Amino acid sequence: MKECYLGVDIGSISTKGVIIDNDNNIIKSLYIWTEGNPVEAVKRLISKLKANLPKSIVIKGIGTTGSARKLIGLMLDANIVKNEITAHAVGTLSRIPDARTILEIGGQDSKIILLDNGIITDYSMNTLCAAGTGSFLSSQAKRLGVDVEEFGELALKSENPVKIAARCTVFAESDLIHKAQIGYDKKDIIAGLCRSVVINYLNNVGKGKKIKGPIVFQGGVSKNKGVLKYFKEILHEDVIVDKDSHLMGALGIAILSKKYRTEKTYSLDINNISFETIGSECKGCANNCEVLKIYKDKVLIDSFGNKCPKGAVKS
Amino acid sequence: MSKNNQGAKKILSFPQMGNYYIPVKYLFKHIFSCEIMSPPNITTKTIELGSKYSPEFVCTPFKYTLGTFIESLDRGANILVQAGGGCRYGYYSELQEQILKDLGYEFTFVNFVTAGNRNIKNILKEIRKFEPKFKKIRALYYLFITSKMIKYMDNIDHYIRENIGFEVEKDSFIKLNNRMLKDFSKVKSYYQLRKLYKSYFMKFRELKINKPENCLKVGIIGELYTVMEPFANYYLERELASYNIEIKRYTNAHYLVFEKAREVKKYLKYASEYIKYRMGADAHDNIGRTKYLCTHGFDGIIHIKSSFCTPEIGAMPIINKICKQYNVPVIYFSFDANTSEVGIKTRIEAFYDMIEMRREK
Repeated sequence: MKECYLGVDIGSISTKGVIIDNDNNIIKSLYIWTEGNPVEAVKRLISKLKANLPKSIVIKGIGTTGSARKLIGLMLDANIVKNEITAHAVGTLSRIPDARTILEIGGQDSKIILLDNGIITDYSMNTLCAAGTGSFLSSQAKRLGVDVEEFGELALKSENPVKIAARCTVFAESDLIHKAQIGYDKKDIIAGLCRSVVINYLNNVGKGKKIKGPIVFQGGVSKNKGVLKYFKEILHEDVIVDKDSHLMGALGIAILSKKYRTEKTYSLDINNISFETIGSECKGCANNCEVLKIYKDKVLIDSFGNKCPKGAVKS
Repeated sequence: MSKNNQGAKKILSFPQMGNYYIPVKYLFKHIFSCEIMSPPNITTKTIELGSKYSPEFVCTPFKYTLGTFIESLDRGANILVQAGGGCRYGYYSELQEQILKDLGYEFTFVNFVTAGNRNIKNILKEIRKFEPKFKKIRALYYLFITSKMIKYMDNIDHYIRENIGFEVEKDSFIKLNNRMLKDFSKVKSYYQLRKLYKSYFMKFRELKINKPENCLKVGIIGELYTVMEPFANYYLERELASYNIEIKRYTNAHYLVFEKAREVKKYLKYASEYIKYRMGADAHDNIGRTKYLCTHGFDGIIHIKSSFCTPEIGAMPIINKICKQYNVPVIYFSFDANTSEVGIKTRIEAFYDMIEMRREK
C-alpha cells in the first residue's frame, strides 16, 4: 500500500492535477483546459489521472486551489482548500528551497511572491488589468494565426523585437495591427509581444518589489521561451524554470493536504456523483446578492454568495 | 424624473456611514423641528446609482454619498445635509448639489463645510435656511450628548475589534452592539447615557471569548470613509475576524471630529523622520500610525483606500518604506464599485497565511 495525495489547481484557463507520494515525488500529473466548466474539467481530470493508476495507491488527502477552489473543494470533499499564493510558494519551495522570488504568470492573473528563508515576506497580484497574462498572449496568437505553443520558438528567432504599446490589452492589439500593416515581420512582432508582457508584468505586479535571486518563473506562460528570454534580459539575472513549472500550484496544494491529512481515505470515483450548482438572486434587499446553492447527489451541501444572514439558505 | 418634494412636510436626511447614523439622527431629532429620516442602508443599488451620476474618476465616498442622497430623495426627503473633509471631499457638496439639481430634484441643500472651511457663523446661516427658530443653547446641550454617544460607541467598537475574532458564541458581539445602539438612540439625558454605557461595557466584558495570549494582531489604516463604512471595504473587519485576528483601527468619528486637530501635531512629531508637513486628509496620521504599529509588535498592516484617493496615494510610498525598514508586511487595497470580492478574499487569505508562517518561524 502506498499513501498518496491529490492536488488540484483549477485556474481560469487550465486545470492541473498531480498525485504525489510521501516524499513529494510526482507520481502522475495532468494539464487540461478548463473550458469554462470547472466541474466537468475536474471530472475529466480525475478520470484520466485514475486510469492506469497502480492498485496499491491509496489517496489519503485531497487539496484544491485556484479560482474554483471552493466549489471543487466541496465536490471532492477536500481536506484543504487554499489560495493559490500560498500553494505556489509551498510547491516551489519543495523544489527550490532557497528561492527568493517567484514570478508567476497564469491565464488571467499574475503574481509575484517574495520569500526569505522559506517564508513568504511579500506578495502582490494583478488587480485592475490583465495585460501581461496568458490570455493576452493567446488572444494575440490567435490574431496572428500562430499556435500559442510555437510562440516562444518564433520569438527566439527574432533579432529586433518591435516595440509594442502594451499598457492595455486592447490598445496593444491596435498597435499590433498597425505594426503588422506597415510591414513588420511576424517573428519580430511576436518577440515584441513577449517583451511587452515582461515589461508590463514588472511595471504592474512587480512595482516596488525588490527582485532578488534565485528567481523562479512559473505558471503556464513560463513554458514560453520568448517570455523567459526577456525576463532574463531585463532582470540581468538567471531565471529558473522547473520542468513542472506549470504544475507548481497543484504540487503545493498536494503537499499541504499531506500536512493536514487525516485518517480518511478518499475514493476517486466521482464520475457517478451528480454535482449541480444553482444560482439565484436573493430578494431580501437591494443588494440582490447572487446566492449559489450546491447540490451533491441532489442534496444541498452548501451555499455561498450572500452578504448577510438574510440570504442564508437553510438545508 | 422631476421629483417635487418641496412644499410638503420638511424631511431631512444625511449621508450614511457605518453606525454613525444613530448619533447623527439623535442630534438632529432633538435640535430641529422637521422630520428626520435615517439614510437607507448602503446596498449595491446605492453604489450603482452613485456611479451612474458621478464623474468617473472621483473617489468612491462621493459615489456612495451621492447614491444615498438619490435614494433618500426618492423616499421623500427634501432637506439634505452634507459635511466635508480635509481633502477634495471638502468641495464635494457643491458638486453633488448641482448634480442632484440637474437630475430634476428640488430640495434644500445644507452644507456645513463650504469650500473646505468650517466655521460656526456659516453653519448657523445654513441651518437658518430651513430652521428659522433654531435654539443655540438647546443645540449645544444635545451636541454634548451626541459627542459623548459617539465617544462611547467608538470605545465599545474598539473593544469589539480586539475581541470579536475570538467570540465563543457566534454573532454575540454584533447582537449586543445592536441592542446597545438601539438603547442609545432613546436616551433622554447625559446621565442616562453614561449609565447605559457603563452597564453595556460590563456586558461586553462578560461575553465569553477564547483569546490566546499572543494572538495575531493586524492594524487597519487608510482613507476614512472606506475604513469606517463596512460596505465600502467589503466587510474587511468581519473577514479578518473570521481568521481569529485582533484588529486595531484608529480612525473613527470621535477621532476625526474631536481629537484630530490635537493629534496631528503629535503624529508629525512622532514620525518626523518620515514626514515634515501635512499631506491632506489622513495621510500624515496614517504615516505616524504605521510607525507605531511597526514598533509595537503588530504582525501586519492593511492599508485601504477608495480608488483615486490622492492623499493616501501620496502616503503609500512612505508607508512602504517604514514597513520595509521594520520588516512588517503590509498590503494595500483600493476599493471601488467594480472591485472583485473573490480577489479580496484570496489576498486576505494569503496575507493571513503569510503572517502566520512568519510567526511560526
